[in-house]
Amino acid sequence: MTDPDGDRTQRWDRVPGLPPVPGARADAPPRRGLWRTLALGAGELLVTAGVVLLLFAVYAVFVTDVVTAQRQDELSEQLREEWDSAPGRGAITRVELGDAFAVLRIPRLGEDYTRVVLEGTEEEQLSQGPGHYTDTAMPGEEGNVAFAGHRVGKGSPFLQLDAMRPGDPVVVETADSWFVYRVLAEDDPSGIPGMQIVRPTALEVISPTPNAAGAAPSGAYLTLTTCHPRYSARQRLVVHARLDGGALSKAQYPDGPDALHENR
Amino acid sequence: MYGWIWRHLPGGTASRTVCALVLLTAVVALLLFVVFPWVEPRLPFDDVTVD
Repeated sequence: MTDPDGDRTQRWDRVPGLPPVPGARADAPPRRGLWRTLALGAGELLVTAGVVLLLFAVYAVFVTDVVTAQRQDELSEQLREEWDSAPGRGAITRVELGDAFAVLRIPRLGEDYTRVVLEGTEEEQLSQGPGHYTDTAMPGEEGNVAFAGHRVGKGSPFLQLDAMRPGDPVVVETADSWFVYRVLAEDDPSGIPGMQIVRPTALEVISPTPNAAGAAPSGAYLTLTTCHPRYSARQRLVVHARLDGGALSKAQYPDGPDALHENR
Repeated sequence: MYGWIWRHLPGGTASRTVCALVLLTAVVALLLFVVFPWVEPRLPFDDVTVD
């Protein structure tokens, strides 16, 4: 494509340009007023804040699950090693704050629902798995063995706790025993409900006899607490269960009690 | 703000894009691994204990 006259410039390059506008610089960005700049900056900040909030929601609901699941795998492995290396230690008498000491299984929440529980209900423990309220009974003991767990995020151990029905087994595995607790029926003679929704300050739900603060233990109970409704901390969802039978030795039931496979 | 950052990144469009992605990744990582874990226990969304 050569012009007959040998000129290689494009035709429009040969057209004389307009005279330059006085005071305008061709390559400088257009000048904006102060208010326009401020408004643009504020808009960008607001959009950024929205994106950060969305990211936080994703973090709280999904990312913490992944972190907690990894931690649960580690804890489970450690606990198995500990149990295998020192069999037959007898009943748990005392555990240190932060120690993993038992495994919780709830068939209603899933065929393979397994959570390692830790001593203590501070965020440090609850971010790793369900926590055992210090000063409440130990599994199998008279009184009330109470656990708290997150509803949404951090592995969401108690997300579906509202699906529990009367008679559902809650199985606790310790170093050498299985304990089968069953959710109380609505018409239980003790008057303790199988499930209730209470204020966050309702400390009596974890007392030795649930809902009877100060009373002596009247049986071996288990209590689970989580937040209610989901995504909120306005109330607490509480499930009460009672020990069904006694301790089942792991020597006798290496694969766990039949309650683990109850298909409802 | 973003326009200002873009103008101050070095090189041409390709280099600026890479730099911008690195910056974005750094900010997201800072949020996910430092800021959010610090903030979250201080928010009242997930109190599960009675006390």
